[in-house]
Amino acid sequence: MSLIVQRPGLLATIQDLGRLGYQKQGVVVGGAMDRTAARIANWLVGNEESEAVLELTLTGAELYAEQDCWIAVCGGDMGPVTDDLEPVPQWRPVHIAKGTTIRFQRCRSGCRTYIALAGGIRAPAVMGSRSTYLRGQLGGLEGRALRAGDRIEASKEAGMPITSGLRMSPSGKLKWPLWHAGGFAEAPEDTTVIRLMPGAHWDWLSERGKQDVFEGQYRIGASSDRMGYRLEGKTLELKPGMGELISEPVAFGTVQLPPGGHPIVLMADRQTTGGYPRIGEAATVDLPVLAQLKPGDVITFRRVSHREAERLLVDSELELEILKRAIQAKRMKRTTTGTDKG
Amino acid sequence: MNKTYDVSPMGDSCILFRLGEGIDECTHRLVMAAVGRIEADRFAGYVECVPAFASVAVYYEPAAVWRSRTPEEFACRSVYEIVLGRLTKLLDGLLQDAERFSDSPGRIVTIPVCYGGSFGPDLEHVANHCGLSPQQIIDLHSGGLYLVHMIGFAPGFPYLGGMPRQLAVPRRETPRAVIPAGSVGIAGAQTGVYPLATPGGWQLIGRTPVELFRPDADMPSLLQAGDRVRFQPITADEFDNWKAGEEGTA
Repeated sequence: MSLIVQRPGLLATIQDLGRLGYQKQGVVVGGAMDRTAARIANWLVGNEESEAVLELTLTGAELYAEQDCWIAVCGGDMGPVTDDLEPVPQWRPVHIAKGTTIRFQRCRSGCRTYIALAGGIRAPAVMGSRSTYLRGQLGGLEGRALRAGDRIEASKEAGMPITSGLRMSPSGKLKWPLWHAGGFAEAPEDTTVIRLMPGAHWDWLSERGKQDVFEGQYRIGASSDRMGYRLEGKTLELKPGMGELISEPVAFGTVQLPPGGHPIVLMADRQTTGGYPRIGEAATVDLPVLAQLKPGDVITFRRVSHREAERLLVDSELELEILKRAIQAKRMKRTTTGTDKG
Repeated sequence: MNKTYDVSPMGDSCILFRLGEGIDECTHRLVMAAVGRIEADRFAGYVECVPAFASVAVYYEPAAVWRSRTPEEFACRSVYEIVLGRLTKLLDGLLQDAERFSDSPGRIVTIPVCYGGSFGPDLEHVANHCGLSPQQIIDLHSGGLYLVHMIGFAPGFPYLGGMPRQLAVPRRETPRAVIPAGSVGIAGAQTGVYPLATPGGWQLIGRTPVELFRPDADMPSLLQAGDRVRFQPITADEFDNWKAGEEGTA
């Protein structure tokens, strides 16, 4: 099973769930920006959630199927179509016939699209992960973004194929089951609310600054990337005379306030430590939402207690576990008594 | 656990222990002792821990921690409470123990450096600024034994403590677009080595032929928090030979 990248779009990289255990050596965690979409895409094609997937950014890639393969497309909606302009359904397993080209267009909703390939994407594990870290030129395919001509191969043979209840596109190039995981594909609203826990240096903000955090609107700045989102809006004011900070660890979702007063939300490729005041941390459940926002989108922050954020996360993991089992059950349901391996 | 420790959540999946206020060796020893204990006894749901100058962050998976509750933990109302309980047990009496760490020697890593010339374009400037000769700068810089307080900023980048005060120089007014990998520089009261080519405003006084970060090695970062570093002056020829030797063995 392999796909040829005919066009990479704005930025296409190989990602998994990140490089864990090496932060103390200064290595960023990285990994898929929208971890939920990446995990679900893998489940849909019968992979472990930690398999590598493709992450497309803003504008679409063009992929050519060298052989028949099963893929799942989750996350941002780039309106993928075949060369016959047949739409490729998202949030479900799709069988692509050999010789088909899939063209991803511009993001209609969201910002990042994830493509899982049954069997997982082959790439050498660097420090236990296949995630591409562009700044460090690590992981993925030679530590770089994908380019035209790259071959994306499955790392092992795909698990049991789905055989029952398949629907076929008019050209016969696409096949898919009727079930899907589309409940997770909610269209973002005009203004997205990100829940925020006050952080270690919350009290460094002036009273005015504290108010502004939750009352202001923030636009995702143009220079936002996988490392961090720069927020444009009201300048947040610190109390006068707050001291110097020594570098401390920072997390995915940490909101830093550099001099100048424009906050930065740290994302997947954040550095391991930072020296700016940390005014808060976004709730982990809202990170996939944030990951699907693009420059120009507007967010507001809503205060959430630590306990509430934690509860939301534990509940959401429970829901995802239920979804994962439902997908497994659907995938197992088959009419044949065949001898395929599985 | 000692009352002077400051513990707080960092988001919903990480807990931060502050073991001191500043950049000093005593705090550093506490940090290293804490990391040693946490890593030696990983609790269910533990992901990794990250030491810094005076703090340790411990990352965990809340759902996994919640699932792994023991009967004694059923009374806990939050994941944070459970994690705090588990870590408090581990770190109990750390302060007393840390005294014992005071004599622990740690590794000493020697890093060869070719000072000045094209490898250290700012050596003259640093010498002028400090009112010393370039050779005196080299002697002072290579005479010190530096402590790796933490690795951060970039893969394998060591935050070193212990630079002689006379060597302090402000950063360059205009940062360089690219600082070559291996560059040894000074910024304020800090000295450091760049593992990868990056932009930066450090005053460059030399370069090492040694690779500080090797992604495919078992320990990718040559230096680890807690190591001591000594810089050893080498000539440009020795630098070239070193490089050639490394390529030969690669």
